[in-house]
Amino acid sequence: MENNAQKKDEQELLTVSSGEMFQPYDWSVGKFGSKFLHELKENKKLFGSKCPKCGRVFIPPRKVCGQCYVAMDEFVPVSDEGEVYVCAIIQFGFVDPETGKQRPVPYGYAFIKLDGADTCLTHFVDSVDPEKFKVGARVRAVFEEKRKGSLMDIKHFELVD
Amino acid sequence: MGKRVAVVGFGQTKGRSSRKDVNGVEIINEAVVAALADAELTIDDIDAIVIGNMDHFEGINYVDSWSVEGSGGVMKPIFKVTTGGTTGTTVAMCAYYHAASGMFDRVLAIGWEKNSESDTTGAIITAFDPVWERPNLGGAIAGLALEASKYMDNYEVTERDGARVAVRERLHALNNPYAHLHQEWMKGMEVDQLVELLVTSEQNQVLAYPLRMSDMCPRSDGAAAVIFASEDVAEKIAPIPAWMVATANRHNFALAGDVDMDRNTTMASASKAAFEKAGIKEPLKEIDVCELYLPYSYAGLKWMEDLGFCGYGEGPKLLWDGVTDMDGELPVNPSGGVMSSNAIGATGLIRVGEAAIQIMGKAGTRQVPKDVNFALATGFGGCYWADVMLLGKKKPA
Amino acid sequence: MEKAGIVGVGQTKYERKKDDTFAELVFEACTGALTDAGVGIEDIDNVITVSNDFWDGRTISSMAIQDAAGSYNKDVSTVEGDGVFGAMYGMMRTLSGSFDTTLVVAHVKGSEGNMNLITNAMFDPIYQRKLGIDATSSAALQARSYMEKTGATEEDFARVSVKNQGNGVNNPYAQIREKISVDDVMKSRKISEPLKLFDCSPITDGAAAIVISNEKGMKRFKKDPVWILGAAHFSDSYTLGYRDLTNSRALEAAAKKAYDMAGITNPLMELDVIELADAYSYMELLWYEGLGLTPKGKGADLIRSGATAMDGELPVNPSGGLLCAHPVLVAGLARIIEATLQIRGEAGDRQVKGANKALAHGINGPCGQAHGVFVLGS
Repeated sequence: MENNAQKKDEQELLTVSSGEMFQPYDWSVGKFGSKFLHELKENKKLFGSKCPKCGRVFIPPRKVCGQCYVAMDEFVPVSDEGEVYVCAIIQFGFVDPETGKQRPVPYGYAFIKLDGADTCLTHFVDSVDPEKFKVGARVRAVFEEKRKGSLMDIKHFELVD
Repeated sequence: MGKRVAVVGFGQTKGRSSRKDVNGVEIINEAVVAALADAELTIDDIDAIVIGNMDHFEGINYVDSWSVEGSGGVMKPIFKVTTGGTTGTTVAMCAYYHAASGMFDRVLAIGWEKNSESDTTGAIITAFDPVWERPNLGGAIAGLALEASKYMDNYEVTERDGARVAVRERLHALNNPYAHLHQEWMKGMEVDQLVELLVTSEQNQVLAYPLRMSDMCPRSDGAAAVIFASEDVAEKIAPIPAWMVATANRHNFALAGDVDMDRNTTMASASKAAFEKAGIKEPLKEIDVCELYLPYSYAGLKWMEDLGFCGYGEGPKLLWDGVTDMDGELPVNPSGGVMSSNAIGATGLIRVGEAAIQIMGKAGTRQVPKDVNFALATGFGGCYWADVMLLGKKKPA
Repeated sequence: MEKAGIVGVGQTKYERKKDDTFAELVFEACTGALTDAGVGIEDIDNVITVSNDFWDGRTISSMAIQDAAGSYNKDVSTVEGDGVFGAMYGMMRTLSGSFDTTLVVAHVKGSEGNMNLITNAMFDPIYQRKLGIDATSSAALQARSYMEKTGATEEDFARVSVKNQGNGVNNPYAQIREKISVDDVMKSRKISEPLKLFDCSPITDGAAAIVISNEKGMKRFKKDPVWILGAAHFSDSYTLGYRDLTNSRALEAAAKKAYDMAGITNPLMELDVIELADAYSYMELLWYEGLGLTPKGKGADLIRSGATAMDGELPVNPSGGLLCAHPVLVAGLARIIEATLQIRGEAGDRQVKGANKALAHGINGPCGQAHGVFVLGS
């Protein structure tokens, strides 16, 4: 009270928390995403979609090739091995909006060009050794034992010697 | 043909890490009042309003509706545009097209953000595909670290080169009373000494190699407002209006994994289109000052190349030669840029406003010591998306 | 001012739940509009997309659909609001002289999020949101105020639902295609007094796209355009307590400006058809007044008179309106598409004979805070 009286004209600046506000969503993944997630979950196989015009293979698969502006309807298998296109070792901690928990650091993160694909899959790489985990390094997907039909059925990628 | 359009007024709040003394509507109002005062107009003179921010930074849906009492939008035409980091330039472009269409003479563009009201990295992660990229994304810092390391690898660029950009931005910010970061301790120190300090200091934490704290933009609370006017009224409002010469943008990518990390292809394509419209052939010679959306240090090297100011791999030389310093041939970010103030939805609009006041000769202590005929402003955000706006002193033909 | 017109329209069927992704919906609508316009993506000079981060459940909701909207290496921007505002911006860009043609596309999947929470988030987080207010409960406040002020009854509101659902039967794109009676509406489940289930628009998935061209761009297209004769938008104040909820002065201002541009002095006589945003049944009566079809407070008289029925003087919502499909954001573009089809004489079983001048309308914000109006003509 004394404190308040002292700062009669200077009310402490307050904030109001949104609390445990949570907005749930159920995102469709469509025909292409469903095929990808199904094959990943059931068979540990990766699929992309191929543009009938430019022939590029997109991963994750999707309906439209933006550059050619045509619909794709061909699924093509893509290897679970590939090359690191760009990479970083993340050392700063932050709250992962997916889990609400602090993401443990450091960890490896990369855009991976899988053999047979023309675009990159973004994922974790199980290495924080800058001598080995670098642009051009070969990596292979490590699958979860119990898969649920999500991108994280690939636990992470590991370096291939 | 549409109308020619100029910037005639600019107002901004001082960037701060937290503005608990105002809510969103109030900080918007601060910027609007400042812009109106700058143009010597009242809200009654404004014919239409465009506003933008990113919803999930403050958790407000339909911000254009929510903020009308602060923006001045009551019984006026107003809507919202938003495109992530490029929101500020998106707002500026939208206001420009409002006036260029001939439908409105005086259009108010507003960009704002109170980044203190949520976790910025978390909110940025939710910008990416929830199924394919969100689960493992590391926010803006991780994405930019990928780009920086690739660039270093491609052109043998060093951490010192990145640090030199950070030093330029922070030194320039000392001249800007509105900049969030004022690193007074840098005053009076030599550039080499500062660079050395940034790459060796243990206090300068590595976030994701090669990026340290000093390589990144801050997160700020702030708002900006820019008034665009059609050729019918612009010269009556401002003694020296800053004319819109050309604008172009490219938002080519939908997924981060699709992005070309070797070059900033969207920045290259958008600037090429804008320069073609404006008849600019030698950007380095013809453009007098830049306010570029450089969210981190290495962008000040690589993207200069993509903007055509120098050849691939020559960004570091341009920088170390002092070309982009205040007294150089092409001063870049006299305001201190994004690395000194980043209220995300306002950031791109501040670039446009800062570029305009350089032309209008109203930049005060950060006015570049040369004649400004052309000033370039850019926006960056989304999935490596780029916006480009070129302003000029001469009324376009 | 230069002229602009609509040269292509495309829309998905509107449904309660579609399995397509945002991108797939957008691609369907865009390719539909391009096919209708008889051109390819190379004839499109720039793109405006319309989406909302809360409805899509992601920041930068437009990122998901950049490929599908055909914006690669083109100028592109995003309006976050009703599609009518997207069309407004798309038109401005063709009038600016920078572009001759604009593709405008909007998408939403109401099925993927939670409408109550999403619309709750448009209210003030400190003072209002915690009370649980959302689009429907705020609409109920407005409906009640309107009843108090004008003497309109729940049966009057029901008449709007009956009319529009009756019209929707003829619209193959509509989500709800079922005739109902006033009694059905009155007996339907109470949602938020005085609003009942059949007074409220459904939750909908879908996408819509239009191609706008200025006069210079017209030579790219074979079909005659539907011209934009007038277009305007205005916003009222935000806080419900500051605003007279029974007087839609923002719509009045927008309509007046659009009518002036189009040279319309008596809208009831001069317009042939209207497609408006009946997110809740009562809104149609309020918008009648804002649009100047009837004096203030007399909206109920107009519905009772039958003037706005399919066989009336000025049919309103031949498509069935939002009460038969409410893809939020997409709705305004869908109204413009319906108005375009009417003027072209391509509205099939829902065609209003000899329609030459049409009005399309969209709303934004709680209780119709902001309004956008297009007057279209052959």
